[in-house]
Amino acid sequence: MPEAAKSNSESLKKLYHDMLLIRRFEERAGQLYGMGLIGGFCHLYIGQEAVVVGLMGAAKQGDQQITAYRDHGHMLAQGIDPKSVMAELTGRSTGLSRGKGGSMHMFSSEKKFYGGHGIVGAQVPIGTGLAFANKYRGSSAVTLTYFGDGAANQGQVYESFNMAELWKLPVIYVIENNEYAMGTSVARSSAVSDFSKRGASFAIPGIKVDGMDVEAVQKAGEEAMEHCRSGKGPIILEMKTYRYRGHSMSDPAKYRPREEVTEVREKRDPIDHFGKKLIERGVVNEEDLKQMDAEVKRVVVAAAEFATESPEPGTAELYTDIYA
Amino acid sequence: MSTEILMPALSPTMEEGKLSKWLVKEGDTVKSGDILAEIETDKATMEFEAVDEGKIGQILVAEGTEGVKVNSPIATLLVDGEAPGAAPAKKAKKPEAPLPSEDHKAVADRGQQEMAPKKVEVVAKPEVPEGTEFVTQTVRDALRDAMAEEMRRDELVFLMGEEVAEYQGAYKISQGLLEEFGARRVIDTPITEHGFTGLGIGAAFDGLKPIVEFMTWNFAMQAMDQIINSAAKTRYMSGGQMSCPIVFRGPNGAAARVAAQHSQDYSAWYASVPGMKVIAPYFAADAKGLLKAAIRDPNPVIFLENEIVYGKSFPVPKLDDFVLPIGKARIVRPGADVTIVAYSITVGQALEAAEKLAEQGIDAEVIDLRSLRPLDMDTVLESVKKTNRIVTMEQAWPVCSIGSEICARVALEAFDYLDAPPTKVSGKDVPMPYAANLEKLALPTVEDLIEAVKAVTYKA
Repeated sequence: MPEAAKSNSESLKKLYHDMLLIRRFEERAGQLYGMGLIGGFCHLYIGQEAVVVGLMGAAKQGDQQITAYRDHGHMLAQGIDPKSVMAELTGRSTGLSRGKGGSMHMFSSEKKFYGGHGIVGAQVPIGTGLAFANKYRGSSAVTLTYFGDGAANQGQVYESFNMAELWKLPVIYVIENNEYAMGTSVARSSAVSDFSKRGASFAIPGIKVDGMDVEAVQKAGEEAMEHCRSGKGPIILEMKTYRYRGHSMSDPAKYRPREEVTEVREKRDPIDHFGKKLIERGVVNEEDLKQMDAEVKRVVVAAAEFATESPEPGTAELYTDIYA
Repeated sequence: MSTEILMPALSPTMEEGKLSKWLVKEGDTVKSGDILAEIETDKATMEFEAVDEGKIGQILVAEGTEGVKVNSPIATLLVDGEAPGAAPAKKAKKPEAPLPSEDHKAVADRGQQEMAPKKVEVVAKPEVPEGTEFVTQTVRDALRDAMAEEMRRDELVFLMGEEVAEYQGAYKISQGLLEEFGARRVIDTPITEHGFTGLGIGAAFDGLKPIVEFMTWNFAMQAMDQIINSAAKTRYMSGGQMSCPIVFRGPNGAAARVAAQHSQDYSAWYASVPGMKVIAPYFAADAKGLLKAAIRDPNPVIFLENEIVYGKSFPVPKLDDFVLPIGKARIVRPGADVTIVAYSITVGQALEAAEKLAEQGIDAEVIDLRSLRPLDMDTVLESVKKTNRIVTMEQAWPVCSIGSEICARVALEAFDYLDAPPTKVSGKDVPMPYAANLEKLALPTVEDLIEAVKAVTYKA
């Protein structure tokens, strides 16, 4: 195989691998929650994997990510160790926040992941501020600021849009439209449901993307990155996606028929869909995918073991990290 | 090999539940994501999905069974091959003993106190070298100089807020800064506190050192979530990874005749928040030295100024780099008979009262807190141990105020030294009225303070 094709094939396999890692990680997290090893709120990313994996496929070293509380997938896609993410979920000393943040509050300044924010919409001005800092320093980094269709109705989002366009900040607003703001559907919560147009009154362009198709996401991501890096300011990507599980672990999801979920799973699943494509194109065969699945499972099982066997934080940790 | 499927906890509070319905039967092949059963929790009926692939072996709990304990086996799953997925269900165990910790009692003892980053010491020694020359300056100019000096010193420092640039500041605190530092570092924002506060915090997370000016602190309520949830808590939630070196500043408290929505003292609100530092100076030298310290501090700092104090002139040391430590109170008038504790504008009132009391033979010690978090209780307690009486003076509402906190701490920590009940003078427990006569009644006066001091010294 020529070098270019080989590297292309490797990057396609990586997209599949990263989506699968998120899926298996989240399933295991759900299981640990069921066993009482993860407490409180836990929001799973199952179904939405193509969004973050496709965008990280378009990002460069130094680009930043910030999102809300459905954040495990963003960290895994950014190459953060699954062990430290899982150990944070179980509240152990080896977790990314040493057990003091939990599912919703994790950060990695090293990997340029800025959280992990628990208040709907609050990450949007903060992400805009990260972009401000990049521009202030003259850095070429771009900030991916993720939020959902629910947060898209928050006032602070529009305050951010205004400043981002006014000051031409290099920020991509990724609206992950999974159709439900907790239990309220887009139709019942949003006067205008085309989120790609939400920047129109600030002259921010928007692109509507099939968020279940990882290659389409990557392509849109590359376009958006180019827009930001060329100094044109912010851009919106509306990712049409779907969340299979409830809003959080304790959501019975009675606001939508089971058939709706089944249909998306069968017809639009981002991982199955992409796996079939890779086989058709001869990039991989069935056996390769099985092997990858086994490998991913091993990683996830090891993460779960690490997360359940690590000690809880020492009691002195109660009073550390409050002030620098 | 076979593994157990356990009764899941499907809410943060669930301990047991009803297995309402099996959606698979023995011998069925399942893969991850397949729905196995419906389970009724304390809140709702939930679907329970498979995580591992395999064949359902035995169903151990029949559908319709109530009171099934979380984590008890409800079925077995036959997993072929090496079955990597089977591991955690068996291996999961209770957390091990926590890491070795410092003395538990020491940890418990700290519960009552706010988490001061460093121990504060009583300020007895002079804060400037002997022979230092002083110049007379307004608080306004001292604040401006502090910002300008820090911006010259550190390229990462910038100022943003409403009307800070071209208008030169709504209260002219940023006069001349745009001219010197340009529009890149002195930034007029839209009137969107929630948004620009969050933006400033994001910039601070990335290592810049923003000074965010609120035209007045009344408008910062729009941004309260960002200030508390994002700025103050992120270091803790990130296990110390993230830093938020930001200063929020602007005038706080009552101005004059601007009524309820524009006249409020927020000191106690912010001083109650761990992760935050809070400064409320009165004198120009403190305004300058502490604002410079705030800008250099790696933590979020709330800097509470006062509109009426802006135009007052005081001596300021003529030094190239005058920086004061955060968290230290200052005895601004030594005395023997009673301790008066004040901050911000009430320091001036306290000094005036002390002069009048002296004429009547009462020798009052006046403490200017300067910082509200960390709160320098050592200085207050030392003073009380000497005078045996304390009166606090503040403009804020009386309920859950800084004065309430100080009186409580004095009662707890210096009870045996007290010769009279700790006493508070404060604003009245009402929204600020507009009418001139009512506004006057709502605010604490020098006379109120004199009366309170006479009561605790039994001279009334």
